[in-house]
Amino acid sequence: MDYVLLIEQLLNGFQLGIILFLMAAGLTLVFGIMDLVNLAHGSLFMIGAFVGGTLTLVTDSLVLGAVLMVPAMFAIGVLVETIALRTLYRRSHLDQVLATFGLILFFNEATRLIWGPEGLAVPLPDFLEGTVALGAGITYPLYRVVIIVIGLLVALGLYLLVARTRFGMLVRAGASNREMAGALGVNIPVLFSLVFGIGAVLAGLAGLIITPITQAAIGMGEDVLILAFVVIVIGGIGSVRGAFVAALLTGIIDTMGRSFLDVVLLLFLPPNAAESAGPALSSMLIYILMAGILFFRPQGLFPPRGATAAP
Amino acid sequence: MTERPRELHLEARGLNKRFGGLQAAADLSMRARHGEVHAVIGPNGAGKTTLVHMLSGFLRPDSGSIVFGGDDITSLPAPGRVQRGLARSFQITSVFRDFTVLENVVLPVQARQGHSFRFWRSAMRDPSLTGPARVLLEEVGLGDRAATLAGHLAHGEQRQLEIAVALATNPSFLLLDEPMAGMGPEENRALIDFLGGLKETHGMLLIEHDLDAVFALADRITVLVYGRAIASGRPDEIRQNSQVRTAYLGEALV
Amino acid sequence: MKSQLTPAHAVSALLIALCAAVPYLASALDEPFYVIVFARIMIWAIAAISLNLIMGFGGMISFGHAVYLGIGGYAVGILAFHDITSAWIQLPAAIGLCALVALVFGVICLRTRGIYFIMITLALAQMVFFLSVSAERYGSDDGLNILWRSDFGSGIVDLEDGAVMYYTIFAVLMGCLFLQWRMVVSRFGMVLRASQSNETRVQAVGIPTYRYRLAAFVIAGVMCGLAGFLQANLERFVSPDMMNWHRSGELILMTVLGGTATLFGPLVGAVVFLLLSEMLSTITIHWHLLFGPFLILVVLFARGGVMGLLGSRTTRD
Repeated sequence: MDYVLLIEQLLNGFQLGIILFLMAAGLTLVFGIMDLVNLAHGSLFMIGAFVGGTLTLVTDSLVLGAVLMVPAMFAIGVLVETIALRTLYRRSHLDQVLATFGLILFFNEATRLIWGPEGLAVPLPDFLEGTVALGAGITYPLYRVVIIVIGLLVALGLYLLVARTRFGMLVRAGASNREMAGALGVNIPVLFSLVFGIGAVLAGLAGLIITPITQAAIGMGEDVLILAFVVIVIGGIGSVRGAFVAALLTGIIDTMGRSFLDVVLLLFLPPNAAESAGPALSSMLIYILMAGILFFRPQGLFPPRGATAAP
Repeated sequence: MTERPRELHLEARGLNKRFGGLQAAADLSMRARHGEVHAVIGPNGAGKTTLVHMLSGFLRPDSGSIVFGGDDITSLPAPGRVQRGLARSFQITSVFRDFTVLENVVLPVQARQGHSFRFWRSAMRDPSLTGPARVLLEEVGLGDRAATLAGHLAHGEQRQLEIAVALATNPSFLLLDEPMAGMGPEENRALIDFLGGLKETHGMLLIEHDLDAVFALADRITVLVYGRAIASGRPDEIRQNSQVRTAYLGEALV
Repeated sequence: MKSQLTPAHAVSALLIALCAAVPYLASALDEPFYVIVFARIMIWAIAAISLNLIMGFGGMISFGHAVYLGIGGYAVGILAFHDITSAWIQLPAAIGLCALVALVFGVICLRTRGIYFIMITLALAQMVFFLSVSAERYGSDDGLNILWRSDFGSGIVDLEDGAVMYYTIFAVLMGCLFLQWRMVVSRFGMVLRASQSNETRVQAVGIPTYRYRLAAFVIAGVMCGLAGFLQANLERFVSPDMMNWHRSGELILMTVLGGTATLFGPLVGAVVFLLLSEMLSTITIHWHLLFGPFLILVVLFARGGVMGLLGSRTTRD
């Protein structure tokens, strides 16, 4: 096996993991703290791509577009939370599923109405073109390196926010015990809005960040959303740390599986069988991983403290 | 009703259970005899409900063992314990609110008749289910409420139903987690009489805050503080115990 | 479950009579299109009934239920692709495969609760979806055309005959409605319904709930697979889109629109869903723009669905 290719794919997997983490971080907090099934989180990914993409085209700068997108997504997130989701907290999960499914339909159609059915292409600025040499004969696209760096910075920032600030303490308290947080005199509605706003920014950032590679398309958030579900389930609902570990795990295993599983299968199977089983099995790999982890740890790898204790 | 061997004692041996920093059971041993009411008292957070959860199979102790009728049942799941005749009631009323009173009692009757992989015949038209259920409802005084939705019952009636559901499993031993919680004095007295009548045929472990009820019913009392049994004995011994007085009764009597 | 006659029952009876009469009405009105429309509605209704069994009566919110539509359908499609058209092979294959998949998925999902359960059913269904997409041999995204409908080898049940196809679907629908009714009122149904509201309590009366929930999960999977079998035959076509997660969402939607945990809710819901999408799409091609908020309004204000509005009591309060 070619080790250059191996490392390249490893980095690709890492980069997918970063995108997944940006999606899953907000989602896991929303699920954990608000006990809300929010299917519309994928829509925020899409909206981030379209809004950020438009801002980029208007300002003619991806950086400026990204910077302006942050308050825009925050506002959209808070708006969605206040108008549509707030009334759902005390409802059953079934109600939440249905209502947020309705939100997806609405957002997809609204996007189609505003931006048209073709989607939106955002060019990569010149200074982000090209590759970097990572040594040992490995070169890697500069922009993908930037994605990884940004993702790691965001993860670090989020970690500091959750672990070191008063806001973070309240979030953690909320994730493990909502009544307790309420009893501490926390203004729960404001806390929820803030968390949701931050989640929206992260999802939007993830959407915008991959747009120069793929382009913004209607429904683009849905596949990512389901992968993010897998991440959250593996990591443990409500745990940012779990989301980080699980996102990288998922990203790398998925990417590596798609690239190398057929090669690996060749060791055990005749060529034609390996060739047909490879793609099929690799598309199932992360789900099998999820099932396996759940079988042994139904609460995921990092269940928030207090979630397992009964009384 | 099928006959069970009636001489089943329930024993806890060295139970330990820890939730994070909270020690809910610390080397906890006790023996509840058949034909007696064994009350467990103690301040809030002493680990009383945890004890019931462990004895009934809803929580696994970190260490220690539980013996019922001479058999080690520590690793037996909750439904299996019920099938052996160890039933429980819940502190927070947990009847099926959108079932009728009769349906609530039919379910446990059905449970003791073997598996429920029966897909055809209507359960509520099966006299082998509704018959015993109605008899039991008469016994606990809910006979005329059979068709009412359990969620529409008054609080006291729900508590009665809670006991009826436990009894309908045909237990030889009852774990009662605060059966009097939230009841008025009238209902209280009626329930004390009713439980007293069950003594001959059942063993009972009673968790109760109402000390009048405890001293009226109990043959033996164990006092829990921070998961530890600080005293165990006959009611008059417990009354005299100075350690108990300072730890618990003193507070409660103030 | 009282056997009083309510408006809900009247509406249900009317709908069933309508389904039975559609082929005649359609030819009288010279609108043959209605036959296929109602055939589709009935297939959705079968799938929604199967979902109602676990979601409505059992409280298991499966967000991946359409996967069994796909598996049932592909059992027909793939076998037909290999020139095996006998229904006596296709039907057992569809049922067996759905039972197996539901068993495996159920064993995994039922260890979890709440949000986990919803997400995992969705993820597992998505796994099968991607599997079908990656199966190049069987058409990937484009799906498979089916030249010949399932062959029962008898002159009586000849699915190539449009009327026979229609009434076969009708008969299966009636069978499923009946089966659902028996299962709900039986001892099995008692356990299932009780587990929905308070599983701990069911265990505390001595019933190991897991196996009953798993059994219900498998039965629902098989029933939905039957709908997939019929759909593949009706459309002469299968594709990954049959198990797209939007389909799973729509099945939930139909069940809720009609009224969860009611016997006829899924059928009513399937009809209402179709009528609504028809009506709204005549207003604007961007009808999802109206439909999305409509769903939220249903959730907020009409939680009992149509059957609830008609005063059906079988729903939970």
